[in-house]
Amino acid sequence: MQHGKYRFIVGFLTAPLAIYGLFVIWPFIQSIYYSFTDWSGLSPEFKMVGFKNYTRLWDDEVFWKSLQHSVMLVVLLPLVTLTMALFFAFMLNVGGRRRKNAAIAGVRGSAFYKVVYFFPQVLSIAIVALLFQFAYNPNSGAINSFLKAIGLDSVQPDWLGDPDLALWCIFAVLVWCTVGFFVVLFSAGMASIPKDYYEAALLDGASRITTFFKITLPLLWDTVQSGWAYVGILALGAESFAVVQIMTVGPGGPDYSTTVLPLYVYQKAFRDGQAAYATTIGVALLFVTLLFVAVVMKLGRRERLEY
Amino acid sequence: MKTTDTPPADTTGERPPVAKTAPPAAPREKTTGRTLNVFSHGFLILWAFMVAMPLLWAVMTSFKTDKEIFSSPWSLPETLHFDNWSRAWTSANMSDYFLNTIIVVGFSLLGTMLLGSMAAYVLARFEFPGNRFIYFLFIGGMSFPIILALVPLFYVMQNLSLLNTLPGLILVYIGYSLPFTVFFMTSFFRTLPTSVAEAAFVDGASHTRTFFQVMLPMAKPGLISITIFNFLGQWNQYLLPTVLNTEPENKVLTQGLVQLAVSQGYKGDWSGLFAGLVMAMLPVLAAYIVFQRQVVQGLTAGALK
Repeated sequence: MQHGKYRFIVGFLTAPLAIYGLFVIWPFIQSIYYSFTDWSGLSPEFKMVGFKNYTRLWDDEVFWKSLQHSVMLVVLLPLVTLTMALFFAFMLNVGGRRRKNAAIAGVRGSAFYKVVYFFPQVLSIAIVALLFQFAYNPNSGAINSFLKAIGLDSVQPDWLGDPDLALWCIFAVLVWCTVGFFVVLFSAGMASIPKDYYEAALLDGASRITTFFKITLPLLWDTVQSGWAYVGILALGAESFAVVQIMTVGPGGPDYSTTVLPLYVYQKAFRDGQAAYATTIGVALLFVTLLFVAVVMKLGRRERLEY
Repeated sequence: MKTTDTPPADTTGERPPVAKTAPPAAPREKTTGRTLNVFSHGFLILWAFMVAMPLLWAVMTSFKTDKEIFSSPWSLPETLHFDNWSRAWTSANMSDYFLNTIIVVGFSLLGTMLLGSMAAYVLARFEFPGNRFIYFLFIGGMSFPIILALVPLFYVMQNLSLLNTLPGLILVYIGYSLPFTVFFMTSFFRTLPTSVAEAAFVDGASHTRTFFQVMLPMAKPGLISITIFNFLGQWNQYLLPTVLNTEPENKVLTQGLVQLAVSQGYKGDWSGLFAGLVMAMLPVLAAYIVFQRQVVQGLTAGALK
C-alpha cells in the first residue's frame, strides 16, 4: 500500500483542508487577534489597543446581562430538557401494562409517540421561532385566545413584551424543540438494557422509581453526558441566537431582558459597526463554552458500566 | 448492546416458577402496573398534544382569511382558502426561496460528502506525520461557537467577492459541515475491513480508484446517515445565511420567511405568511415521516458516539 501514498494523501486532503482552513480556522484565529484592535469593520484601517476592549467589556452592563442570560440557559436548559426526556423515555419503555412473562413493558403506541415527539427536531429553528411568535401574540395569539376560551379572560399576559416573562417564553420554545430528540435517543438506549435486570430488581421488591435510579440512569449515563454537552452548546450558540433574534422585540428586548451572548456579538458587529469589540464578546463566549464543556466532562465522569 | 435478543429466551423459561414461589407480590404488582400505565399514558398524550398542536394550528390558520385569524384564532376556517397558498408561492417569492435553498443545499451536500469522506478516509487508513494534528484540527470545530468566526469570515468573504453569492454560501456550508462529517466518517472507515481494499490495490487499482470503487460503496450505510444529518442541518440553517447572504434575490427559505414575517407584518397579509410557513414546514415533515428510521438513525448516530 506504499506506492504513491504521499501523493494520494496530499491529493485527498488539499481541498477539504483548504476550505476548512480558509472559512473556519483562519477566521477563528483572526477573531482573537482582532479583539486586541480598534477595528470598526467598516474601513480597513485599525491599530492595536491592547486589552482596551476587555476592560470595556468589564464595564458593559449589556454584556453582563447577555452573559447572565446565556449562563441561565446553559444551566437550566440541559437540566429541564434531559429530565423531561428521561421521564418520557422511561414511561415509553417501562410504563406499559404488565404482560405475560414480562416484568416490564413499553406502553402501547410508543412508536407513535416517538414519531410525534421528533417533529420539532426536523423543522428549522427559524420556522419554530416564527410559529411561536404568533402563538405568543398578546391580542390574537393562540395562547391568549385559548386562555380566553377556557374562561381565563383576566389572564392575558403580554408574553414576549413583558420583561419578566420574555426570557421564559424563549426558554419554553427551546425546551419544546429539544425534548423529542432526546426521548428517542434515550429510548433507544433504554431498549438495549437487558430486561432481566429489571425483573431481578422488581422481584427483590424494588419499586419502578428505584429501578430507574439504580439501573436505567447508571447504564445510560454516557448518553446523558453527551446529551448534556450537546444541549449546552445549543443553548450558547446558533439556536438561542435564532430564537431571540426572530421572536423578541429589539431584538433582545424588552429592555435587554432576553439578550444573549451570540446575539450581542451579532449586533455589535453587523448593526453597530464595532467588529473588534464584537470579537471580544465572542472570545468571552468561547471561554464560557469551553468552561461549560470542561465542567460537564468533570462532573459527568463516572466509572463506565458495561453489560 | 445487541444482547437483548437472547436474554428473553432464558427469562421466559425461568420466570413462571419464580412467580409461583412469590404469590403475594404478584397481585400488588399488577395494580401498580395499571396505575403506572394510566399515569404514563396521561403524560405522554399531554406532551404529544403540546408538540402537535402548534403545527396543526399553523396548518389550519394557513387556510383562513386574515379576518378569521384575528377574530377567532382557534376556530376552523369557514371555507378553505387555497389562494393564500398560491399568493405565498408567487407574489411572496416562496418559489424563489425554495429554488435557492435547493441549489445551495444540493451543491453543499455533494461537496460536504465528497470532501468529508475523502479527508476521513485518508485520516482513518493512512499513517503519516501530522495525521493526528489534522484530525483534531477538524473535530475541534465541533465545539467552537460559530458566531465568533462569523465576524472575520464576513470580511474574508467580502475580500474574495463571495459575499452575498450562492457559491460563497455553498463553500461556507461545506466548511462548517466538515468537522462532524470527518469525525463520523473517520470512525466509520476504521470499522471497515482492510482486506478488500488491499486486494483491490494488489490487483493494480490506484488508491483513488480503490477509494471510489471499493471503499465508498462499502461505506454506504455511514454515508446515508451522515447525508441525512447534513441535509437537515443545511436545509434548516439560519445563522450563516443571515450574516453572509443578505442580497434579496439570493435568500434561502429560512431567512426568506423571517423577511416575509417582517414585511407582511406591515402589509397585514398574515394568511399568506402562514401559508408560506406551512409550505416550508411540510416537505421536511413529509420526508421525515417517509424516511423516519433513517432520519432518526442519522441524527442519533452522532450523539451516541
